[in-house]
Amino acid sequence: MFSKSKRHTGGRSRVEESTLRLWQRIRRNWQLYVLLFLPVLWLIVFRYAPMYGAQIAFRQYSPAFGIEGSPWVGLANFIRFFNSPKFEPVIINTLVLSFYSLIAGFPIPIILALSLNQVKTHMFRNSVQMITYAPHFISTVVIVGMLFQFLHPRVGFTAVIAQSIGMQAPNWMGDPRAFRHIFVWSGVWQEMGFGAIIYLAVLSTVDPALHEAAVVDGANRLQRIRYIDIPGLLPTAMVLLVLSTGRVLEVAFEKVYLMQSPLNLGVAEVINTYVYKVGLLSPILDFSYSTAIGLLKGIVGLLLLIAVNHAARRLTENSVW
Amino acid sequence: MASMSNYDSNINKVNESPVDRVFMMGNTVFLLVITVIVLLPLIFIVSASFSSAEAVIAGRVTLWPVDFSLLGYETIFEHKKVWNGFANSLFYTFFGTIFNVVMTIIAAYPLSRQDLVGRRVITIAFIFTMLFSGGLIPTYMVVRDLGLLNTRAAMILPTGIGVFNLLITITFFRTTIPPELIEAARIDGANDFRTFGSIILPLARPIIAVLALFYAVNTHWNTYFQALIYLKDQELFPLQLVLREILIQNTIDASMLIDIEDLVAREGLRELLKYSLIVVASVPVMIIYPFVQRHFVKGMMIGSVK
Repeated sequence: MFSKSKRHTGGRSRVEESTLRLWQRIRRNWQLYVLLFLPVLWLIVFRYAPMYGAQIAFRQYSPAFGIEGSPWVGLANFIRFFNSPKFEPVIINTLVLSFYSLIAGFPIPIILALSLNQVKTHMFRNSVQMITYAPHFISTVVIVGMLFQFLHPRVGFTAVIAQSIGMQAPNWMGDPRAFRHIFVWSGVWQEMGFGAIIYLAVLSTVDPALHEAAVVDGANRLQRIRYIDIPGLLPTAMVLLVLSTGRVLEVAFEKVYLMQSPLNLGVAEVINTYVYKVGLLSPILDFSYSTAIGLLKGIVGLLLLIAVNHAARRLTENSVW
Repeated sequence: MASMSNYDSNINKVNESPVDRVFMMGNTVFLLVITVIVLLPLIFIVSASFSSAEAVIAGRVTLWPVDFSLLGYETIFEHKKVWNGFANSLFYTFFGTIFNVVMTIIAAYPLSRQDLVGRRVITIAFIFTMLFSGGLIPTYMVVRDLGLLNTRAAMILPTGIGVFNLLITITFFRTTIPPELIEAARIDGANDFRTFGSIILPLARPIIAVLALFYAVNTHWNTYFQALIYLKDQELFPLQLVLREILIQNTIDASMLIDIEDLVAREGLRELLKYSLIVVASVPVMIIYPFVQRHFVKGMMIGSVK
């Protein structure tokens, strides 16, 4: 991420000399380290201490013994998860929901940006942008609340429309078959405008000379989009795609949890909600088991990101690092 | 923004081919459809919130208020829990954002200095937490062991620094503050604290605005999960948790608010209340966002410059 010339590693005197210079540089900037002290302390306490605590995944944690005092159990917690009847549905639900969200949510902001980029009228362009950004600023709780109201079988918008043409609106929110579609498309509805921002920014950096030359050559707008705009967006799109593929196991957990009901749990239970329930909601709190599932998700997610990034670099020469 | 369509205005519009004209018409229609799709649910919610309970329960509201009434809003106004949540959310958002912004700035400035030994290691230590974390339970245990459970501090301290925000701030400092400026300050006898206070901070105003918005909206005002796991005491609940109870868990008893015997009317009021609540909860952010959206856009753009 940050390039830096390699320091020389020559003879002994040179090493001593550079050590001395290093020490001088550190001393000269001591006030910068003072500024960094609190942020680094915070990082250690709230981000790295939990990583240390994650070792309880390999122990049978009991509050009486603490983290270090609880007995080691090896991979027992992981094996328990593999053998649990929850394992398969939870993994499948997570992957289906993630990839569905990715397939629907990835191209639409790009299309929106390409389309907006063609608009010449500032008023129209700004209005569309302003309106499509708006849902991004609505909280998850309110979005899910809106879904319940909008799709309410009796007082919702869909119900009113259905009644007016003499039909009965189904109870969408209670229907497990509808869950995935509602989750994904309400997500697209909320985020497409905001997602387009970054692509619009990239499009604004495309060299106008390319377009002028293309017009001289008789290219129409669609051809210019195809041969100038889209290639211009590709590197950014690739980086964002790699990042979201690395996060497929995360899902929008806060929203999934709010949309869950006993009716749709069969398709709506994902890794993160399961981790939460096992660890903090069940009658017998099982910290170790919950941590093991979370840790497994974290490690697989990290490996996935590395793999996808590697593939992206080999295939398209665009990657995150 | 103006620069984006420069090449279009340079091109003679008379030259527009029929293919392009058809394409542009299709394009406009497409954008109008998208806009309508985005607007429709919002208009429905607002219309319902200004309708009467009877019209709502009878399913007569579509895109315009029916039997205009403010009953929903009046009912919220008497609902103490909602106002308590509002006040708590303001508290968490205000103090939390200050904490986040201060921590991010004092971390980002040293990390933006090319001459800082260890800069790379510390930056990578931050970035790594973006890719991997200890997980829900171990983080919960740390918060518990620090004695923060069920305290206001639990809503503020763990949020600390958002790594994405840290990275855009580092990028901002690296691209807007020339090393010569810092060198000149040093030659003039200013130490690093002095340089930070009287040169860096005034120059950092635009990024501070962006950070404050990102943190206030994304980390504090709109989130509920942190409160869900760390808070037990109803008195401490932020607005989003109160909303969750009413909108999603349906735990509001309208009869406690206003005397209504009729069961249907009571249920009508309960639904009406939800619509009004959705509007009230979103209004603060909706009012400020048109004025601040360009800062969000700016932040996203800084973030995209790697």
